[in-house]
Amino acid sequence: MRKIWDLVGGVHPPENKHQSVQLPIGHLPLPDKLVIPLNQHIGAPPKLLVNAGDQVLKGQPLAEPHGMVSVGVHAPTSGTITDISDYPIPHPSGMSARCITLLPDNRDQWIDHAGVADFRSYSPAKLLELIREAGIAGLGGAGFPSAVKLSARKPISTLIINSTECEPYITADDMLMREHPQEIVAGIQILAYLLGEPEEILIGIEDNKPEAYEALQPWLQGTNIELVEFPTRYPSGGEKQLIQILTGKEVPSGGLPADIGIVCQNVGTTYAIQRAVCHGEPLISRVTTVTGRACTINRNYQALIGTSISHLLKHNGYDPQHCARLIMGGPMMGFTLTSTDVPVIKTTNCILAPSREELPAPPPAQPCIRCGMCAEACPASLLPQQLFWYAQSQNHERLEAHNLFDCIECGACSYVCPSNIPLVQYYRAAKGEIRKQAQEKIKSDRARARFEFQQARKEKEEAEKAAKREARKQAAEQARALAADKPGTAPGPDDIVKAAMARAAEQKASPEEQRARLERGVARAESHLQTVEQRLQSIQREGNGQQIEQARAAREDARLRLEDSRHKLTELGTTSEVMERVQASPRAALEKKVASLRERITVTEQKIAEADDDNLKAALQSGLAKQLTKLQEAEQQLSEAPETAPATPAATSDAAAAAIARAQARAAAMGSLSEADKLRESIISLEGRIEKAKAKLDEAKASESEHVDALQTGLDKLQQKLLTEREKCAAFAGQAQAPCAPRQQPAAQPVAEPPPRDAASAAIARAQARATELANMSEQDKLRETVSSLHSRLHKARVKLREAEAEGSEHVDALRTAAEKLQTKLAAAEQQLAEYHS
Amino acid sequence: MALLKLTSPHAHAAQNTAAVMRLVLLATLPGLLALTAFFGWGSLINILIAATVAVSLEALVMRLRQRPLMFYLGDYSALVTAVLLGLALPPLAPWWVVVIGSSFAILIAKHLYGGLGYNPFNPAMVGYVVLLISFPVQMTAWPAPLPLYPEGVTAPGFWESLQIVFPLLSPEQVDAVTAATPLDTFKHNSGLLVAQLYQQTPLFSRAHWAGLGWEWVNLAFLAGGCLLLARRVFTWHAPVAMLTSLGLCAALFYDSGSSASHGSPLMHLLSGGTMLGAFFIVTDPVTSATSNRGRLIYGALIGILTFIIRSWGSYPDAVAFSVLLMNFAAPLIDNYTLPRTYGHQKPRRATEKKE
Repeated sequence: MRKIWDLVGGVHPPENKHQSVQLPIGHLPLPDKLVIPLNQHIGAPPKLLVNAGDQVLKGQPLAEPHGMVSVGVHAPTSGTITDISDYPIPHPSGMSARCITLLPDNRDQWIDHAGVADFRSYSPAKLLELIREAGIAGLGGAGFPSAVKLSARKPISTLIINSTECEPYITADDMLMREHPQEIVAGIQILAYLLGEPEEILIGIEDNKPEAYEALQPWLQGTNIELVEFPTRYPSGGEKQLIQILTGKEVPSGGLPADIGIVCQNVGTTYAIQRAVCHGEPLISRVTTVTGRACTINRNYQALIGTSISHLLKHNGYDPQHCARLIMGGPMMGFTLTSTDVPVIKTTNCILAPSREELPAPPPAQPCIRCGMCAEACPASLLPQQLFWYAQSQNHERLEAHNLFDCIECGACSYVCPSNIPLVQYYRAAKGEIRKQAQEKIKSDRARARFEFQQARKEKEEAEKAAKREARKQAAEQARALAADKPGTAPGPDDIVKAAMARAAEQKASPEEQRARLERGVARAESHLQTVEQRLQSIQREGNGQQIEQARAAREDARLRLEDSRHKLTELGTTSEVMERVQASPRAALEKKVASLRERITVTEQKIAEADDDNLKAALQSGLAKQLTKLQEAEQQLSEAPETAPATPAATSDAAAAAIARAQARAAAMGSLSEADKLRESIISLEGRIEKAKAKLDEAKASESEHVDALQTGLDKLQQKLLTEREKCAAFAGQAQAPCAPRQQPAAQPVAEPPPRDAASAAIARAQARATELANMSEQDKLRETVSSLHSRLHKARVKLREAEAEGSEHVDALRTAAEKLQTKLAAAEQQLAEYHS
Repeated sequence: MALLKLTSPHAHAAQNTAAVMRLVLLATLPGLLALTAFFGWGSLINILIAATVAVSLEALVMRLRQRPLMFYLGDYSALVTAVLLGLALPPLAPWWVVVIGSSFAILIAKHLYGGLGYNPFNPAMVGYVVLLISFPVQMTAWPAPLPLYPEGVTAPGFWESLQIVFPLLSPEQVDAVTAATPLDTFKHNSGLLVAQLYQQTPLFSRAHWAGLGWEWVNLAFLAGGCLLLARRVFTWHAPVAMLTSLGLCAALFYDSGSSASHGSPLMHLLSGGTMLGAFFIVTDPVTSATSNRGRLIYGALIGILTFIIRSWGSYPDAVAFSVLLMNFAAPLIDNYTLPRTYGHQKPRRATEKKE
């Protein structure tokens, strides 16, 4: 005899199984319609294969498995599909889901089907596919696709067939074993083959089913299947509990039986697999117990999937007056149905219609006195009373530390609770809450990561911008310094640069000159304001709203300029003094410093002489020493000053400045070069660039960089350019009869053509000019500049928008947004400017 | 016709808190009988007074808290508290002692903490300790066992007992005959060997194991406790741990019966409030540790504390103090004594953060 391990905890609810085993498994007349939920298993819903109006035969697939964890659905009888839409399904929540409605034609005509003669001649993979196609999901209660469970990746040493049926009232498996032992044993052999013939094959059965035990026993002769009987105690039929009872092993928390080399299958599922493999019959019906005192007949039926519960009850003398609740499943783990209009599904093992006396409504819960009866009953060795305590206070951390998620919700704790506390309900709610929070946490973590990344990116961009700004600023300063040094020889054909340099030079202009300039500026601004006001008045007479606005803005602008000019003029007095001091020679400053130091030293010496306190004297002396050192330093500097002072400040070897100088030199050279020379130069440079680009591209390709495409495009463009340049050169050569000979073209060159300006040098010059300008501007000036530039940009944008509108271009929206943005920007800038003035 | 929507389980064992409490009350009967047989009507009168006060106050509190009165009175918890307090108090204690004790137990120790299930301390023991500290004279005046009454003095009948408890009922002062308890005797033993003490004191010389009357009272409570154990009202862990540790301590310090001995294990187990404590107080589920492992620790520590206070403390008996001290410790014990859950390698701690 095999060693049996003891079930931890457990309870002995009244079994109430005898009522429904008096009659054999019955067959009901075909119902008027069958409502077949699409998804009756755990996992992905299957894919529909039929449409409303289709004629189907019995066993014809209505939906095929879709995804890894999925099974199909089949027509339980022949008939017409009338409808595919949402109907209430048997679910604790009473929810609706997609169902196929089938109107039987009462012919019950099978589709062509055939079983496998010798399953061993098929590969396990083929058989698993067959089981999957046959729509077989665990019939014990959870409805997990059997094919998935049977395709364990780990070596399986033990196959357990669960014939425990520990829930009170339910006898579906019991009756199945009594009536179909041979098929069940054949099914077990198929399972064993699929799992690679495990060493141990056990059928676990409670000792309250002696008839089933007797029925199975003869068929096990000559097999390695062992029928193991153990004492009846709820919930020994739980997968984890059964494994513990039969093997003494425990399924690791959060793991699967396969992790310890065990696969557990329900006996009903085993039967269904045998029907599918040996007879080619998909899962279209199951044994369902209809019991409870609200029914006059208690028995089992081979019920078609999709049969409505009301149809089942109708044939059992169901009296709704006596029935308080209708339960699908057993009294321990079943759920209540709020309507009899839901169908039998693959996991419907029992319909329990108890009378009020049989399962009375629960009395109100009393306070928990922590008696610990629940802990004694718990098959998972949890502390239900503590879980209850923490569930009430929503202390999720404690709940998890107390292993809430190892609770199998068997209901043993609630069953024994003397205070009638619905403990399991608390645990379900707490689990739901914890799961929800975990999901929300994942979501918020993701959001945080996104935000942080965005911040980092922005900071990086900002830093890059700042670096560029710094480089530009330095370049501008360099240019200014150069201009100041050699005003006469300043290169560059660009007038803007000259203007910028002139402005830079202005700073060095004498106060008298500046005053005169500023006075001129004020006068100009005044006259400008007058003209603008006149214009405004004339426009106001005409009354064009938009123009008035513009004119007003212009007036405001003019007024501001005037104010600014006046302000500058008044300021000049103070600045000229400052300028004087700043412009004083360093030598004078040093001389001053030396003099002041000498003076301080004499004062200190005097103080030392007067001081009578030793400490004070010491402090003063140390101070004197410092002053003397300083004096020495200053004198040293002074002696050096005459040599260094006249020298112009050496140009710092700044990269930007160098680049500018190069560009300038290039521009100058270009200006003096002939067209043909330029072309030649250009060709040579292009060739060089192409060389470089090719090298880079190769490198990128070698390192599989993501920039390969971009580089390729760049290279193509360069080559294209080279081609055109060469053509030009050739054309030029044809014209001049001298192929690209240097320094021979100027004669042939049409004089009318203005000296071409190299775009690059022009851009550099512009940038320099702007930078210089900006550097020279006051904050107010800058703002004003911004405002006026925005004005012009807005104007341009409006013109473009109007054009686009006229053309009906697709860019209208984008343009409009751009114009609006400009307007907002302008308003902001004006606002700022106004604030500046106030 | 609407069908009920309920979550599983739908079946429920025919068991309720009231039935559990009734069983506990029933199990105190042997002890009460023994007390009455050896110490007169005092305990019964205690219980009657305590029960009246406790149930009335419970009703009052329920009214104040606006709870359904009969639903909460129906759990018998107040009655159990009253009975346990009545059994623990010295028989023939003045009525006001009992009233103060039971009032304190119900009002302060039970309802101020939130009522049944929420009280961290055993209400009966809180009431008892409050009285012991406040009225040491009344609380240490145990009547002599009836067989040891002096010649010519008859034991007080029920009416006389009532007169002792309610002095206002009698025109003249009626006094009870008091005597030292076995634990008192040992506490005040100076210089006598245990054997000599047993010989010289009629309380021991006329008893079988541990003091006349006391041994039977304790055995009666033990019997009641066994009934509760058999009916699975509580598990064996806490009481067995307490009795074992108390017995072991007593054996360890028995000192071969010298004059410095603190008494034999049998004397400790069968005298004072040992059995009442072990089976009716220590097993109070609300205030004890939760897991079986926790209850073993909880019970064992109560046994040790009881022996320590009895032997070296200033009070002769110590079950109440030990229980209250361990009530403090119970939540801490709970944190470290979770059982090993199915599928886990080892037990976890309640204070553990995420796995």
